[in-house]
Amino acid sequence: MRTWKFGDNIDTDAIVPGRYLTIYDPVTLASHAFEGTRADYAKNVKKGDVIVAGRNFGCGSSREHAPIALSGGGVRFIIARSFARIFYRNAINVGLLPLVCSDADEIADGADLVVHMNEGYVESGRKKYAIEPVPGFLKEIVDSGGLVDYARNLEEVETCTGSRS
Amino acid sequence: MAATLVEKIFSRKCGRPVRAGEVIMAPVDAAMIHDITGPLAVQKFREMNGRKVFDPKKIVLLFDHQIPADSLPAAENHVFLRKFAIEQKIENLDIKEGICHQVVMEKGRASPGEIIVGADSHTCMYGAAGAFSTGIGSTDMGFVLKFGALYFRVPETIRLDIHGDFPRRVGAKDLILALAGKIGADGATYQALEFAGETMHRMGMPGRMTCCNMAVEMGAKVGIVPPDNETWEYLKTRRKGTTPFALESDHDAAFSSRHRFDVSTLSPKVATPHNVDQVVDVGKVAGTHIDQVFIGSCTNGRFEDLAEAAEVLGNRSFHDDIRVLIIPASRAEYLKAIRKGIVEQFVAAGALVEAPCCGPCMGGAFGLLAPGEVSLSTSNRNFKGRQGSAESFVYLCSPATAAASAIRGEITDPREV
Repeated sequence: MRTWKFGDNIDTDAIVPGRYLTIYDPVTLASHAFEGTRADYAKNVKKGDVIVAGRNFGCGSSREHAPIALSGGGVRFIIARSFARIFYRNAINVGLLPLVCSDADEIADGADLVVHMNEGYVESGRKKYAIEPVPGFLKEIVDSGGLVDYARNLEEVETCTGSRS
Repeated sequence: MAATLVEKIFSRKCGRPVRAGEVIMAPVDAAMIHDITGPLAVQKFREMNGRKVFDPKKIVLLFDHQIPADSLPAAENHVFLRKFAIEQKIENLDIKEGICHQVVMEKGRASPGEIIVGADSHTCMYGAAGAFSTGIGSTDMGFVLKFGALYFRVPETIRLDIHGDFPRRVGAKDLILALAGKIGADGATYQALEFAGETMHRMGMPGRMTCCNMAVEMGAKVGIVPPDNETWEYLKTRRKGTTPFALESDHDAAFSSRHRFDVSTLSPKVATPHNVDQVVDVGKVAGTHIDQVFIGSCTNGRFEDLAEAAEVLGNRSFHDDIRVLIIPASRAEYLKAIRKGIVEQFVAAGALVEAPCCGPCMGGAFGLLAPGEVSLSTSNRNFKGRQGSAESFVYLCSPATAAASAIRGEITDPREV
């Protein structure tokens, strides 16, 4: 699995530009990923590749097109120092795993990388980097493979008011 | 026990004291979807075996990003959502009313103490009405359409105490840009930004909306202003039967941080490409070449914003070498501007005044920038490629700075024209 390394504040307009937002097909969206900001990505990304980034990955718009464009290209993990809130939730909902790693900056572009999800670390160049666990309430969604599969067989949910809806 | 405004909103809803950090499944009072994120939300709702939406009356549906339909795929998305609205008996405001966030506010769909979600990141704006409101993705919205509830992690609050009087031609947009520069693009991630203090209390609803709208540019989940007379007055005619009640943070609430900010010495601010937190005084970039000026968006497309630009313009014309696009945020704001003669003033000065919509801020509809072109814009984002080519440049500013710059043909301090 190769690493695609990005910097800080990678926004959702960079991940998929506004002019493609009428598209919802993952493979087509993937063909426009990072269009205009990183030309070699969409052509070369392969199933199992990993995105590594700095702070605030996915800032900006709530467009789910962004995580879909990444998972549509075969990416399953994004490792970053931090994530923007909406992107983080969206990624988990569509089955793309955002993993927080405070040492993400040390991982080089193009490096081989293996994610040891359950053991809580990623490995690259014989070095191990700790990753933070996904928060408890989102773990269930991750384990279901995304929010659709989590919600598909639920008839109702219990809310904090005690009522069911 | 002392609580923040946001903790109180969740506590009221749940009927027990709720603290920041708790994760709860809370019912929502309103859910907003539009033409870009709506189709996917509906698709996800169906994939989740959703048959009937939780409550058609609590759903706000409208089109604002690509209107009138600017492409066949956009037209097809509109048709898809129109059919969904009929099938589910949801009122569809279609292309008629304007930008979603402005419309939610002016229709009185956001009120103090409510919990609101919208499939758009700038949903954080309804905190101007004292609501907890936040942007979510389409899959989360599919879940909301089915169950009428969503998991929320109750956020900590950064409290901003804003003091002082704004100098001439300096206002809410300069304040929020200054704060973005100070707090940073991720300085408020997963937190609420509470705007309080005498300056906020004196500020009208339009300025409060400008501030709350851009909370997400610092990573915040919501921007919120404690409701006061101004809030309740605003809602009086928009939300029949609303009774004012007290809702504010306790003085000894546990804020994650608290900052005091004085606006009396504030200068007009500009965010430079390509990040919203790269903020400088206008003087630092004065003289910068621009090709297009855009006055509008959910951040600054209200009547008061247009009036601010018109005051700077006076009876002058916009510079010949500049394209000036002016887009009111809603039909109601557009009408106000027409009736005051402001639209005539803009058109006479050489601007294109378009019907209410997101315009160039959407980066795909119209008013796009070619490689190398520069836009000065009153909107909220200056990311690379936001308004067209990834090789174009967007600067963000207030309506006054935009108007002054459009007159001179280069970035200009509005106090100097």
